[in-house]
Amino acid sequence: MTIARGNLAGLAERLDAQWSTPHSIYGWFATVDHKKIGIRYLITAFVFLLLGGTEAALMRAQLARPDGHIFSPEVYDQLFTMHGTTMIFWYASPMLSGFGNYLVPLLIGSRDMAFPRLNAFSYWSFVLSGVFVYVSFLAGAAPHGGWFAYVPYTDATYSPGLNMDFYALALLFLTISTTVGAINFVVTIFTMRAPGMSLSRMPLMMWSTLTTSVASIFALPSLTAALIFLELERRVGFRFFDATGGGTPLLWQHLFWVFGHPWVYIIVLPATGMASMMFPTFCRRPIVGHTYIALATVSTGLFGFGVWAHHMFATGMPLLSTTFFSAASMAVSVPSGMQVFAWLATIWAAKRHVYSTTFLFLLGFLLLFVIGGVSGVMTASVPYDWQVTDTYFVVAHLHYVLVGINLFPVIAAFYYWLPKMTGRLLNERLGRWNFWVMFLGANLTFFPMHFAGVRGMPRRIYTYPAGMGWDWLNMLETIGAAVFVVGILLFIINVIWSLRAGAPAGDNPWGASSLEWSTTSPPPEYNFDVIPVVRSREPLWDAPSPSPEASIPDYRVLDTGRRTLGTTVLDGQPQEVLRMPGDSLWPLAIALALAAMFTAVLLASVVAIVITGILVLACAGGWLWPQPEGAAS
Amino acid sequence: MTDAAIQYSGAPLPEVTTGTRATGWWGMVWLCVTEAMLFACLIASYFFLRGSVQAFAAEGGHYPSLTLPIPMTVLLVTSSGTMWWGERGIRRGDQRRLRIGLALTFVLGAVFLVLQGIEFSHGLHGPTASAYESIFYTTTGLHGAHVAMGLLMNLYAQLQAWRGHFSAKRHLTVQNVSLYWHFVDAVWIVILTTLYLSPRLW
Repeated sequence: MTIARGNLAGLAERLDAQWSTPHSIYGWFATVDHKKIGIRYLITAFVFLLLGGTEAALMRAQLARPDGHIFSPEVYDQLFTMHGTTMIFWYASPMLSGFGNYLVPLLIGSRDMAFPRLNAFSYWSFVLSGVFVYVSFLAGAAPHGGWFAYVPYTDATYSPGLNMDFYALALLFLTISTTVGAINFVVTIFTMRAPGMSLSRMPLMMWSTLTTSVASIFALPSLTAALIFLELERRVGFRFFDATGGGTPLLWQHLFWVFGHPWVYIIVLPATGMASMMFPTFCRRPIVGHTYIALATVSTGLFGFGVWAHHMFATGMPLLSTTFFSAASMAVSVPSGMQVFAWLATIWAAKRHVYSTTFLFLLGFLLLFVIGGVSGVMTASVPYDWQVTDTYFVVAHLHYVLVGINLFPVIAAFYYWLPKMTGRLLNERLGRWNFWVMFLGANLTFFPMHFAGVRGMPRRIYTYPAGMGWDWLNMLETIGAAVFVVGILLFIINVIWSLRAGAPAGDNPWGASSLEWSTTSPPPEYNFDVIPVVRSREPLWDAPSPSPEASIPDYRVLDTGRRTLGTTVLDGQPQEVLRMPGDSLWPLAIALALAAMFTAVLLASVVAIVITGILVLACAGGWLWPQPEGAAS
Repeated sequence: MTDAAIQYSGAPLPEVTTGTRATGWWGMVWLCVTEAMLFACLIASYFFLRGSVQAFAAEGGHYPSLTLPIPMTVLLVTSSGTMWWGERGIRRGDQRRLRIGLALTFVLGAVFLVLQGIEFSHGLHGPTASAYESIFYTTTGLHGAHVAMGLLMNLYAQLQAWRGHFSAKRHLTVQNVSLYWHFVDAVWIVILTTLYLSPRLW
């Protein structure tokens, strides 16, 4: 059945009535709109970035000069542990989930995610798990065993107190949030793409989101197993890691890094995917090697599962394993290199360069990515790794990778997509200052760390004596950190300025090619009044058809009830109509019940665990109980 | 890019709520995948400990008895059959067959859990005796917890089945509960093979 274009009058009003969330306290807590959830993710993850950054700044203050004693070793341990844990788990991944949540349905031309309520639950449990881990500071027992929490340092003998229990339980909580979020992304991308968007026409950010989501689904259970083992060992006296009881501490390292290394790609690949969306816009041409970038993304995700033991070269593994993991780690540079050369070729073959702030941040990202990649290949070589393992060289490497491939594209993405979210542009002049200050700060902070590492400065020391040859390097790093902080402040000022006085963005301020720019800024709650059709990889750059369609098939309109279109996995052919659930308080309720349950486990109260466990199940039952309308969740 | 035409017959598209095209089914498939990885990590930990630690290997002749696990296996495999039978029923709209199938599955699963309880209280030393007991109890215990979860889901489905909520066209809950149950049974087969049978082989 088709609907004549002339009969679409009042469509926006009808959709608005179906999809809008009431502006009330109830609406605020009950909303399942992926755009609201995405923005919440972004803001919350940014707060965690500031918290983790504050911890880093405090450490840099202590290390500025030899024999610094602002903090005791105990406090310093908590600072570096919380810095790493916050940045890796509560900033880097959720920030990308935020962009994913906001952008995935818009990029594929859908009206929401596959499981909107699960999406809300994912956010609430993310923020509550973060609160859970930060409450530890108030209890004076913040985690202090490093972000990878090696046993035996973290077992009950060497780490009594609740510090590492906060760590393990908060991470278990966060794991639930991340897993359901990943499942949501996979199902959304597989089943809800706009008609005509076959896999080969899917935007590159969808490839990276798909890869990281599948990788999360496969990698996170290893962390779950490790954390369950750790808690059983600490609380009940199980002996997985206890050498006197037939266990081995290396089991922890294997389990942690089987998760941990894929995780590194999970927190950088979506950012490279975003870069692949932004480069073409500012080079005014389609990306070079679309297919190769997609393949490189997927294969990086796969390689990620075969390189974990390069974190363990110094543990005395058999020579054969060491060699294998060394070779595999170097092999990762092949797909990474493919992506870098594709971006370089895109810049090279540009019709015209648009030197916006976004583009500057992308160029900075390329440079930092290459430096971090080179030091990565260096540490993948076993003899070199033995020399620099657990030194500041490793700190330099991982910060180049994470600041370079996560933070810089993220800031670029804010300059690029914030106008879509708020309807207002950021200030380009301030943006340039923002870029140069951050770029200078990042390099000034992290480049000297290579030298400090080669000169033997171990990571995680709380202070150091004068005359080791590290003094001026550390001073330089601290100055760099201060510059970096100014850069972040400039960004915050720019965002506030934009919200108050930014120029209106219009639908497509950058002249970009992907579907999110075809709707208004900010988009309506239903995203698209008529679901778009895709005929190429750059739908908005297609030549406009000579005459607009006289009639539109009804599956692209769907204006009765909250409904959107389901399409086939490979070809994106229209297949079914999906009924979407409305606002609900259950996601928040179950997240709160889980928070209560994890608190009960922390306090080791059996009665409380039983009561809160029943509460969680009751909430799940209430959530899933069939709706009168028969809406699926 | 070639312009692959969008195929559309003109008939209204179906609103699919059941079957392998429903998003809810996809969600359950991925949940099973991530759970399978969790058990894969536990099994891998078992072999890692067994292979790398001298004390663990020296536990040699001390493998768990098969007296209970064999009947337990029979129970679970049968319960997968009854679940399948019930689900086939509702696909044809047979409410009675669904109710009986779910109830039989529940009873078989519950007896499995009782037997596991007996095994735990009579079998080995406690879980804190050594790494072997730790991994044994954690793996089987976690599987038991999954069986318990499957039983709760079963009860939840029964509650709706007895109220007549399901029909041939709309029974995603049954489909998902059934998929999860088959998954939990398959995990048990792996656990039986590794923890109970493999020490007897090498």
